[in-house]
Amino acid sequence: MIQVPDVNGRFGSFGGRFVPETLMNALIELEEAYRKYSADPEFQQEIDYLLKQYSGRETPLYYAERLSKQLGDAKIYLKREDLNHTGAHKINNAIGQAILAKRMGKTKVIAETGAGQHGVATATVAALLGMECKVFMGEEDTRRQALNVFRMKLLGAEVIPVTSGSRTLKDAGNEALRYWVSHVEDTFYVLGSVVGPHPYPMMVRNFQRVIGDETRRQILEAEGRLPDILVAAVGGGSNAIGMFYPFVEDEAVAMIGVEAAGKGIDTPFHAATMTKGTKGVFQGSLSYLLQDDYGQVQEAHSISAGLDYPGVGPEHSYLKDIERAQYVPITDAEALDALKLLSVTEGIIPALESAHAIAQVVKLAPTLTKDDVVVICLSGRGDKDVESILAYTEGAGK
Amino acid sequence: MTIETTNRMDATFQRLKAEGRAALIPFLTVGDPDQETTLAIIAEMEAAGADVLELGVPYSDPLADGPVIQRASERALRGRVNLRTCMETALKARQAGSKLPFILFTYYNPVLQMGLEPFFAELAAHEISGLIIPDLPVEESEEMRRRSREAGIGLVPLVAPTSHERIERIVKDASGFIYCVSSLGVTGERSSFFEGVEDFIASVRRSTDLPVAIGFGISSKEQVARFAGICDGVVVGSAIVRKVEEVIPLLEQPENRAAGLLQIREFVSQLRP
Repeated sequence: MIQVPDVNGRFGSFGGRFVPETLMNALIELEEAYRKYSADPEFQQEIDYLLKQYSGRETPLYYAERLSKQLGDAKIYLKREDLNHTGAHKINNAIGQAILAKRMGKTKVIAETGAGQHGVATATVAALLGMECKVFMGEEDTRRQALNVFRMKLLGAEVIPVTSGSRTLKDAGNEALRYWVSHVEDTFYVLGSVVGPHPYPMMVRNFQRVIGDETRRQILEAEGRLPDILVAAVGGGSNAIGMFYPFVEDEAVAMIGVEAAGKGIDTPFHAATMTKGTKGVFQGSLSYLLQDDYGQVQEAHSISAGLDYPGVGPEHSYLKDIERAQYVPITDAEALDALKLLSVTEGIIPALESAHAIAQVVKLAPTLTKDDVVVICLSGRGDKDVESILAYTEGAGK
Repeated sequence: MTIETTNRMDATFQRLKAEGRAALIPFLTVGDPDQETTLAIIAEMEAAGADVLELGVPYSDPLADGPVIQRASERALRGRVNLRTCMETALKARQAGSKLPFILFTYYNPVLQMGLEPFFAELAAHEISGLIIPDLPVEESEEMRRRSREAGIGLVPLVAPTSHERIERIVKDASGFIYCVSSLGVTGERSSFFEGVEDFIASVRRSTDLPVAIGFGISSKEQVARFAGICDGVVVGSAIVRKVEEVIPLLEQPENRAAGLLQIREFVSQLRP
């Protein structure tokens, strides 16, 4: 298989670097620093130390026996990224980028956040490393996720509400990039997903591949073989690419990315970028995109703030086009049912994002046999979502 | 190799060079507040002494723009303005008698969705002389440069204070003029520019024979005068868009429309060095 991305940051035709000239040298410097330090064993050791001692890795690969029995014959495992410090896989990447920032001599970090998970992860690591941290968050999201705003402030970060556009994740990303353009000389942008201009999609993937690397080791130990199917939720796609990437060359392992269908892919209220999007340039890279005929980016909709994004990482678009991975939509209602199912069968309340992946396995269950081994990436815990779930349930009851 | 063109923008820069003065290049967001008003504003700017006009195509995610132009984009998008209607506005302005060279300022995605081939065919048909695509760095612009050359349309690159050793590569295949970004940051008025802006302009000048213009944050007569001495063109964007925003309440009332337009004309007119 061809190594991606190439020197221009292209995954096939996707990816690249579509940003204002002011940022180009910063991105080139970032790429050079990343390549230099990732070849340095001490750099990797420092990250590994924090992943283990600070975040609590490795995370368990848990055999969900009751869920498996309930759904039929297949064996279903959960990769417990929800057990990380701060409650989601986002910390894997935040630790990696913050250590890189430190090596580069930067003392200020910025981040964008939707639901607040990446913002909390970045604020956490900034506190740990004594860095100044600003988090850009859509005004709408600061209301929906007030608790995470407070959490970031407790951690010493400044939360900047973004009032442009739809006031959600995509606008927070735009504003973080704009701020970076103005402060590029002393500020490191900790981008939270496998999106944005090169080298971010490659770098974030490499910081998240620990998910798949551990899973591979763990499933070989538990089952003596590789899984048949990997399932992960895709917004920007960082937990999914982290899970998929170490298995890309194992053709027998099927990979399914699950995107948010919101109120349904035939309504205007979804975030099904792969199912309904077309190729376009958004926030620095070429990928699938929800847009109108004139190239204006459309607003996405999902009950899950982490999936509520009109773009998707370029490597996912590439995996889709070469037919190595499959991408399917799951609605708000299906995700919610799956969340309740996992809660009552296993005593685990998953994040709404991760509930989309579980819902897809519920859907697949009738086609699976007792010989099938399925791994779901449980990317985050659901504590942050209980208010949204309550609001949704009450709204649906009216 | 230099391609000979009879491009209206190139001719304007040559004429101004002979006259020994710099071009005043106002920017406006097309469709803000509506297309008909845009046509009227273009006429006012021409009367006020603009030399070249930058026509901004409104975009949902304007990464290089500050709050003033973001708001203008949002207003224009509410009127469903798109890349095609922006080009039509340019042609209508021409048909109404405008002699100014038009430069289209657009983000890359709308162009990509139209398709590069139809896009260049339409540009020529709509009398547009130049293009600025703020999110298309030289690494990604090879096909665009080739097509611009073939079409005789200036593809104006941005050069930033952080460009350093990239300057040579950026200006090498450029056409039209070179657009120097005055400071780190997005568009929007500012009181100071980055230290060493003069040296920066001088280093760009040394690397090219094309005209050199400056923009981003230039908002007052004094700032225009300062840069007119060392550049071939000065772009004023957000300050004008803010003026348009200010007079929108007037423009919307038929009895006050002329007064609103006059304020825009006076604002542009007093910027002239």
